[in-house]
Amino acid sequence: MAELKDSPGDDRVPTVVVDDVHITYTVNGARTGRGSATSALSRLTTRRRTPGARQVHAVKGVSFAAYTGEAIGLIGSNGSGKSTLLKAVAGLLPPTRGRVHTQGQPSLLGVNAALMGDLTGERNVVLGGLAMGMTREQIRERYDGIVAFSGINEKGDFITLPMRTYSSGMGARLRFSIAAAKSHDVLLIDEALSTGDATFQRRSKDRIKELRAEAGTVFLVSHSNKSITETCDRALWLEAGTLRMDGPAKEVVAEYEKFTKRK
Amino acid sequence: MGAPAQDVPTYAPGELAALAARHGLTVSGARPSLPAYVRQLWGRRHFIAAFATAKLTAQYSQAKLGQIWQIMTPLLNATVYYFIFGVLMNTKHGVEDFVPFLVTGVFIWTFTASSITAGTRAISGNIGLVRALHFPRASLPVALALQQLQQLLFSLGALTLILLAFGQYPRPSWLLAVPALALQAVFNTGVSMAVARLTAKTPDIAQLTPFVLRTWMYSSGVMWSLDHLLKGERVPHAVMVALEYNPAALFINLMRYALIDSYTWAQLPPHAWAVAAGWALVCGVAGFVYFWKAEETYGRG
Repeated sequence: MAELKDSPGDDRVPTVVVDDVHITYTVNGARTGRGSATSALSRLTTRRRTPGARQVHAVKGVSFAAYTGEAIGLIGSNGSGKSTLLKAVAGLLPPTRGRVHTQGQPSLLGVNAALMGDLTGERNVVLGGLAMGMTREQIRERYDGIVAFSGINEKGDFITLPMRTYSSGMGARLRFSIAAAKSHDVLLIDEALSTGDATFQRRSKDRIKELRAEAGTVFLVSHSNKSITETCDRALWLEAGTLRMDGPAKEVVAEYEKFTKRK
Repeated sequence: MGAPAQDVPTYAPGELAALAARHGLTVSGARPSLPAYVRQLWGRRHFIAAFATAKLTAQYSQAKLGQIWQIMTPLLNATVYYFIFGVLMNTKHGVEDFVPFLVTGVFIWTFTASSITAGTRAISGNIGLVRALHFPRASLPVALALQQLQQLLFSLGALTLILLAFGQYPRPSWLLAVPALALQAVFNTGVSMAVARLTAKTPDIAQLTPFVLRTWMYSSGVMWSLDHLLKGERVPHAVMVALEYNPAALFINLMRYALIDSYTWAQLPPHAWAVAAGWALVCGVAGFVYFWKAEETYGRG
């Protein structure tokens, strides 16, 4: 496999290579206009193509390479395609055009969707762990750690209550604890630092540092410029689906701040 | 607006792909080979089981009676069908042991129907999960089919009570229920996977499924005996054969043969077991392969 054709001075090992990636969503039922039933009928009779379907071009030709040991921040205004790009790197949202090459299987720190509000916190820890691909033994080993980290049981035995009875902060803490229980090669974090109270935020920031030490490469999407400059050494700035800037975190964040102030 | 000039490294065409190839990187989100996919799915068996059980228990967790509904719901269903088809319409005319006959039919049919209905929502109902985590997507329809199987086991508890109440006592042939249900479960999972792919691409199919299922139910002899209904020369022989060998009718009648004394081997069409096994094998394998073929597209759009 090692052909050793690297250009001189470039001995870094890439973990994620994003090659001219475009992502287009098709949204059904996003039509405007009134009287949707009659207008749908008239669309059918006039045979206009794909009634009610609309294309959303979320990411437009982004290219970059990420290397081992890098922590990369993704910044940009709302709806600029950051989360979409992250999902494409994770292999969860297939690119419409272009390719994403990765070392191993990148994981998105997002276990929320696997959890069920009607189940107890206890059972959700097991379900979430299994959904992330942990084995039952691994979950048994880490169970106490997860519950202790979330701090759910600090004010009583809440872990045996259904998750729908939790406050939104408690739920977020348990979700982060489950998601952070596993170590990854390439870790993708989407706005995870904004959950919970001050104590929990500090605790989760420390945990992310640990995860970064274990993982090859970390991607972090955040709207907090401070957490980007604190955690990352490199930053990508996306605007309207295109890559605006790619470089050292401090420089990119400074440019981004200039841009947002001007508007 | 005066946007600043773009400040990004530029790459020659093919440069990035070459870099990736040099370091042995793999394409993210590419569909694995069929054997690898089967292995991945097997690796997720604990998740599939946990997901199915979680869905099952979550279903009644807000009800005061809780899990008692698992067995109450099928019993109430059977009562409604008995009242309408047994008492009001008097379909029982000519069918021995009508209540066990009817309840077996309803429960076995419900197993197939609800597996397929669950299949229509397997991807669309769990789109958040598909977009957040990496796992073989077939886990979802398989887990939902497994949930229906667990549900059926509760119904079989109710069915046993009804059989005993109507003087059907356990005998060795009851063991035939195990292979019959196993074949049906494989068949259901296969169809459910096919439907899951279809509805993931075209959500409108979910709206049509209830009508297809209802037509299928009425033509499978769930609440009456096909033999009695189609006796005589009213329908062509070919239609009769098609109805008798349709998978739902086969699975229902195999179960009746296993559980009910008065339902004899002679009432089953010839080669019933072989044809049932054929349905299970063909639909199970074809459904799985068909689902796998679109693995990388689930979650898009």
